[in-house]
Amino acid sequence: MATQTDARELHAVPSEEDQAGQAYFDRIIAEDSRIEPSDWMPEAYRKTLVRQISQHAHSEIIGMQPEANFITRAPSLKRKAILMAKVQDEAGHGLYLYSAAETLGTPREELFDQLLTGRAKYSSIFNYPALTWADMGAIGWLVDGAAIVNQVPLCRASYGPYGRAMVRICKEESFHQRQGFEILLELANGTPAQKQMAQDAINRFYAPALMMFGPNDDASPNSQQSMRWNIKRFSNDELRQRFVGMIQEQVKVLGLTLPDDKIRFNEETGQWEHGELDWNEFYEVLKGRGPCNAQRMERRREAHENGAWVREAASAYAAKQAQKAQVA
Amino acid sequence: MATAAKTPVTEAGQSANRGSWPLWEVFVRSARGLSHVHAGSLHAPDAEMAVRNARDLYTRRNEGVSLWVVPASAIVASDPDAKGAFFESPQGKDYRHAMYYKKSEGVKHL
Repeated sequence: MATQTDARELHAVPSEEDQAGQAYFDRIIAEDSRIEPSDWMPEAYRKTLVRQISQHAHSEIIGMQPEANFITRAPSLKRKAILMAKVQDEAGHGLYLYSAAETLGTPREELFDQLLTGRAKYSSIFNYPALTWADMGAIGWLVDGAAIVNQVPLCRASYGPYGRAMVRICKEESFHQRQGFEILLELANGTPAQKQMAQDAINRFYAPALMMFGPNDDASPNSQQSMRWNIKRFSNDELRQRFVGMIQEQVKVLGLTLPDDKIRFNEETGQWEHGELDWNEFYEVLKGRGPCNAQRMERRREAHENGAWVREAASAYAAKQAQKAQVA
Repeated sequence: MATAAKTPVTEAGQSANRGSWPLWEVFVRSARGLSHVHAGSLHAPDAEMAVRNARDLYTRRNEGVSLWVVPASAIVASDPDAKGAFFESPQGKDYRHAMYYKKSEGVKHL
């Protein structure tokens, strides 16, 4: 694949094949139809998708860690089983997305390598620590909630395999958000200390969850191109505002508050407004200087290395069986 | 017309040499009486592991009563570059559809 890409980039004048491909691609996008793996597509479209889908996959895989840490500390057997199912879902979502990314021609090993060597990014939210059981609630409600608002429009992304993976993921995410909300609701109706624990978790996860939608529109130059390609359907700010509108209502059911006194509905724009976010912090975390970046990466590398013997044994067994079958 | 090369699945499969773990396409039958439908793909060292992984990956919520896994490299697809020429024959042949016949409108049970 790499050699093909290079050859294409060297062409100063697009070949006849590329011109026809571009015309076909433009028509598919204009019709709001779907691009499939064997279709011609601009290199920039392919690169954007590989980056976005693999970052998304990495986020699911790294995202297993904050909650996996609490499996042994879940307060009941039921909660433990639920949390295990949720973490297993995150692994599944990662695998759906790696498969989708691979259809664009980047092998799985290469994608893994990009994550393990730190060349690829994942969502900044997973570099924040999960300190208490209430954080399991805040992660489910706010982090998975923000993810859903972001992901529902991606079900209509112009790249077929990505959209199909997102449909499957969105169906499963709603359980994640509801179980998180239920954890917070139970704590909110518990002892004063439990209620305080729930409030504290919301206070810590509110701003990082809002940052999950990415930088403000004027600081997100790639968004415009992604929207023209029908990969993104709404801007970062639009989605963030939509999310704020949802949670400011939901938090009332919990009897708790959001740590933001600037939230208000703007009658003129018809949009929800919120307080300024600390984008300095966002970029610091993105650059690897968040509270848990080093720990998350170390844990991932460790898991990958510790699993090596399993992969090798499975390959060896398969090779041996194949040989036996050939002899027989 | 048909070609095994250039299909999306093998495109990914041939380049993915994860210690030579091949790519498998997964098909799920959601209920008795329905066809197996393509659900996605996965990497596995052999057929048995592919079926087990497919169960864990694609049927965590009772989505299936039966699974097929097929080596992606075994799938033969129509040539993606010839889509127009290859599929154009039914065009202009509306008379193959019931909707083509208008004179019988209003006649019951027809």
